[in-house]
Amino acid sequence: MNIKLLKQRIYFQIFRITTASVILFLFLMIWTFISNGIGVIDWTFLTDIPRRGMTEGGIFPAIVGTIYLTLGAVAFALPVGVASAIYLVEYAHEGRLLRMINSAIINLAGVPSIVHGLFGFGLFVIFLNLGTSILSGSLTLFLMILPIVISASREALLSVPKSFREGSLALGASKWQTIRHNVLPYALPGILTGTILAVARAAGETAPIILTAAFFFRPTLPKSMLDGTMALASHIYYMATQHPNIALVRPLTYGSVLVLLGIVLSLNLVAIVIRTRHRRRKNW
Amino acid sequence: MEENWAKKIRGLNLKEFLIEKLLFASATISIIVVILIFFFLFSQGALAFREISIPDFLFGQSWQPTSVIKPEFGAVPLVYGTMVVTFIAMAISVPIGIIIAVYIAEVANPIEKEILKPIVELLAGVPSVVYGFFALVTLAAWIQQLTGTNSRLNALNGGIVLAIMVIPTIVSLAEDAITSVPREYREGSMALGASKWETIRNVVLPSAAPGILAATLLGFGRAVGETMAVLMATGNATIVNFNILDSVRTMTATIVIETPEVAFGSLHYHALFAVAVFLFAITFAFNYLAGVVMRRFRRTGR
Repeated sequence: MNIKLLKQRIYFQIFRITTASVILFLFLMIWTFISNGIGVIDWTFLTDIPRRGMTEGGIFPAIVGTIYLTLGAVAFALPVGVASAIYLVEYAHEGRLLRMINSAIINLAGVPSIVHGLFGFGLFVIFLNLGTSILSGSLTLFLMILPIVISASREALLSVPKSFREGSLALGASKWQTIRHNVLPYALPGILTGTILAVARAAGETAPIILTAAFFFRPTLPKSMLDGTMALASHIYYMATQHPNIALVRPLTYGSVLVLLGIVLSLNLVAIVIRTRHRRRKNW
Repeated sequence: MEENWAKKIRGLNLKEFLIEKLLFASATISIIVVILIFFFLFSQGALAFREISIPDFLFGQSWQPTSVIKPEFGAVPLVYGTMVVTFIAMAISVPIGIIIAVYIAEVANPIEKEILKPIVELLAGVPSVVYGFFALVTLAAWIQQLTGTNSRLNALNGGIVLAIMVIPTIVSLAEDAITSVPREYREGSMALGASKWETIRNVVLPSAAPGILAATLLGFGRAVGETMAVLMATGNATIVNFNILDSVRTMTATIVIETPEVAFGSLHYHALFAVAVFLFAITFAFNYLAGVVMRRFRRTGR
């Protein structure tokens, strides 16, 4: 009996140490970004354009570019995603069509981002002649985040109890009135969580942006959806591998990494917080 | 009065009808997009095989698309690069991922659980270009110090950073599989005098095995398709040296590196689509397999 428990204790300790080391390793990684990057981040870095061949100045155009690209993607993905989820949960009947839509969503989520990128390059940039532009990039990112928005919205709608719908229908409301006033409001926190996660994903995507929207250097802000742009994620890649003087710009690169990491992790954190708070408050 | 009501109801019905059609149209967009991606990639990729034969592409030993003397489009170095990096990543991430999943699901106390689960989720959200930068600057230096390799960027570096990226995927899916093992199984085992560890080893893990297998397959698909981190970590030389301390170039990295410079409609352009089709087929196969395993698990697991 004692040997049994000793064995158990040893195994559990090994598991604990393994888990702790992986977490520690990752914190170490994040710490190298913080300690190397925090020094260059100041007001000028965040609001100035890059100067002297990107060896000085800031990353404002890249931040703006990332915001435009993600907002563009969400502007497409949110209406289409929520509408798809409403159809799947509230209207669709079991059958071949439902199965087809489901497997399409799963496949869309499984396609590697670079394949989306090459598709976006071939279709939007070249075939539809939209060029290397925010519109091409947003459309490509839209395809990538659509499955995230659909799955999250579907989960949220499914978690609204059936009785909410029945009560409304029994009072004579139509199906759409029921969904609009008695289902959607309660699914909203879940939909919001999914959308925030999708924004975070889109902001960090790099390969598709490089092929469809990003410029190595473009200090002026984009004036229309058909302009190309700098973006944070692609900027990090270019500064780390393509810049003529990689060693000289390394501190600035650390700064850009820290800004991107800060944006993406805080979005994720907000999503987690909304979800846990909503879960706690829910008492139907 | 009567007339008015009838009108209203007819109007309402029309509105309901239109809304349903609109929602239906939105839901079909996913199907249309998948079909569009599929056909577009295949039609563009197929054009490459007017000029190069399929065996030359699949078994060709040399990828030299921009050579002036004799451009060559052999996918072997790229497939080799992808496979080496992926296998290193899986060899590291599968055991570690399962251990962490078991720890979170079975060993950790509620407070540890509350902390660990969001951390795993946050790590899954770190952009791949950030991991890539870490591999390029820090991890590569560590590996060079430890092994004394000449090529600073190499397959091992790519494999390790990829492992770090795949671990959150494997942990969260494997943890789901472990927690979905019915309580009675555990209770039955403990009632017969087994310790908690013996129960985990002999009852819980075997019952969760299909779910863990599915997690591994999805992790594999994710690793094969990952781009930025391996692009920045592996050095991107198209050579086959069977040494994990040499530079390799993956299929994904090839597409990012060469697409911005390719001439539209050229053989090279179509060859890159052929690589993408290949990649698409591999990830599709693994995702499909994972789905099959999961479905079978759900049917027989209870």
